[in-house]
Amino acid sequence: MPGLEDLYREIILDHYRTPRNQGELPPPAVRAEGHNPLCGDEIQVYLDVQDGIVTDIKIGGQGCSISQSSASMMSAAVKGKPVAEIRNLVRRFKNMMSIEEEDGNAPPLDESRPLGDLEALRGVVKFPVRIKCATLAWNTLLDGLDQSN
Amino acid sequence: MNFDPVVVKKDFPLLEREVNGKPLVYLDSANTSQKPRQVIDAMSRFMETSYAPINRSAYQLAAESTDAFEAARAAVRRFINAPKVHEVVFTKNATEALNLVAHSWGSANLRAGDVVVLTHMEHHANIVPWHMLATERGLKLRWVPLTADGQLDLTTLPELLDGAKIFAFTAMSNVLGTLTPVKQLVDAAHAAGAIAIVDGCQYVPHNPTDVQAWGADFLAFSSHKLCGPSGIGVLWGREALLDAMPPFLGGGNMIADVRLDGFTCAELPAKFEAGTPPITEAVGMHAAISYLSSLGMDNVREHEVEVTAYAIDKLKARYGDDITIHGPTDPALRGATLSFKFKDIHPHDVSQVLDQANVCVRAGHHCAKPLMKLLGANATARASFYIYNSTADADALADALANAGDLFGF
Repeated sequence: MPGLEDLYREIILDHYRTPRNQGELPPPAVRAEGHNPLCGDEIQVYLDVQDGIVTDIKIGGQGCSISQSSASMMSAAVKGKPVAEIRNLVRRFKNMMSIEEEDGNAPPLDESRPLGDLEALRGVVKFPVRIKCATLAWNTLLDGLDQSN
Repeated sequence: MNFDPVVVKKDFPLLEREVNGKPLVYLDSANTSQKPRQVIDAMSRFMETSYAPINRSAYQLAAESTDAFEAARAAVRRFINAPKVHEVVFTKNATEALNLVAHSWGSANLRAGDVVVLTHMEHHANIVPWHMLATERGLKLRWVPLTADGQLDLTTLPELLDGAKIFAFTAMSNVLGTLTPVKQLVDAAHAAGAIAIVDGCQYVPHNPTDVQAWGADFLAFSSHKLCGPSGIGVLWGREALLDAMPPFLGGGNMIADVRLDGFTCAELPAKFEAGTPPITEAVGMHAAISYLSSLGMDNVREHEVEVTAYAIDKLKARYGDDITIHGPTDPALRGATLSFKFKDIHPHDVSQVLDQANVCVRAGHHCAKPLMKLLGANATARASFYIYNSTADADALADALANAGDLFGF
């Protein structure tokens, strides 16, 4: 049986206790909202996208340690990055969560950059019920990127 | 003399199971209950010896199967003290039973501007069907508010019920554990000229139920929460009301005649039982009712009052203000379903830590989002006790919670 230390890595608890990029962005920033219908977690992702770059991101909402820390780490990882690179990162993250690619014709993943802090969430896969917690922010981010197009 | 939950537990094979070398502490019976050997055996025996179609074949085996199915209906009648056997309609679950009433009684009797009264502590199954009907027909929904300790606030009930056609309410909250004053609510509904629909999903498995003493018009509940199988539930309704209602689902079994230009409905209860019903499940539900009846529903209630009082005292004594138990603290006012907030730890994380000790609780919104909003929480953790849970399970819960506090460092 996987132990709790596989799930609750110190860096995860750090992001949970001290979440990065919390707050809201005023319009014209994009606002996307995500729900986890199983547990009632809610998240809002605000994005400023300029010339194909996410210049700012803020996270709102409530959730468990996994969904909140995943959102916090995500915000840190995507801020200032080009949209195409972020979309690649979302695919890599979902891949790490053992989620099948939806688009069978997607271009090959670029895995040249290290995942950094996000690696800490790898242990979530051993707790299948929590995968939805970890991916909530990422799916909401995708929704926001789609809106910004 | 009450039963011993430790002895009762031995009837439940699953609860003998160990996970990762440790025993299970199953505290999620408000979600679904475990099944005793008596139910498992009755269903296996039926499938091995008597399973056949019901109500449509002339051979002896089919007659045996039909008799078993109808014996289950008679057992349900006795269990809830319904006046007539054919007032007991088998459905898929309590949700379908409530949808049946909303759709069938509602479509025949409700018009634009009509009022349906619900309470703030309803399960989605007693909210969404009315929202659907309200959207379709232009109905108005009114909500009975709650007091600070999670009981119904009845001070404005006469005004809320004024002009209402339906008052649909739970007999016991699946989140707060609160028992509602069913008889009083039924009387208030009738005084206002409304019909009274009781969601008994949480109440019926844990308390003696008497629909005639309540004076209710409809009662919905599920088998799977009362030690029976999933896949079958009950709608009980007054004969006159059921008779006047149009059918719900169309198909085989529910008709007296079908022609090219139309059809004629069967009599009750077949009118509301289209298609092949859950036959083996009815046999299992019968066995579950017999099992609970042999314990005695008064004893079940008494046991749960004891274990609830113990669990509340234990958790409060150990954790003080670090734990908030929602709903009434007086066990006389509540069932054995304890929703709680522990420190500032998210319920999902609480249940994850408890799972390490095989303590099974529900974490989430419990299909009662309007109530969760009122509590100011997106989710709670919920421990619910049943006949096979002893005070040792409350101790295990209290012990396992300490690990959550340690891990999150709150």
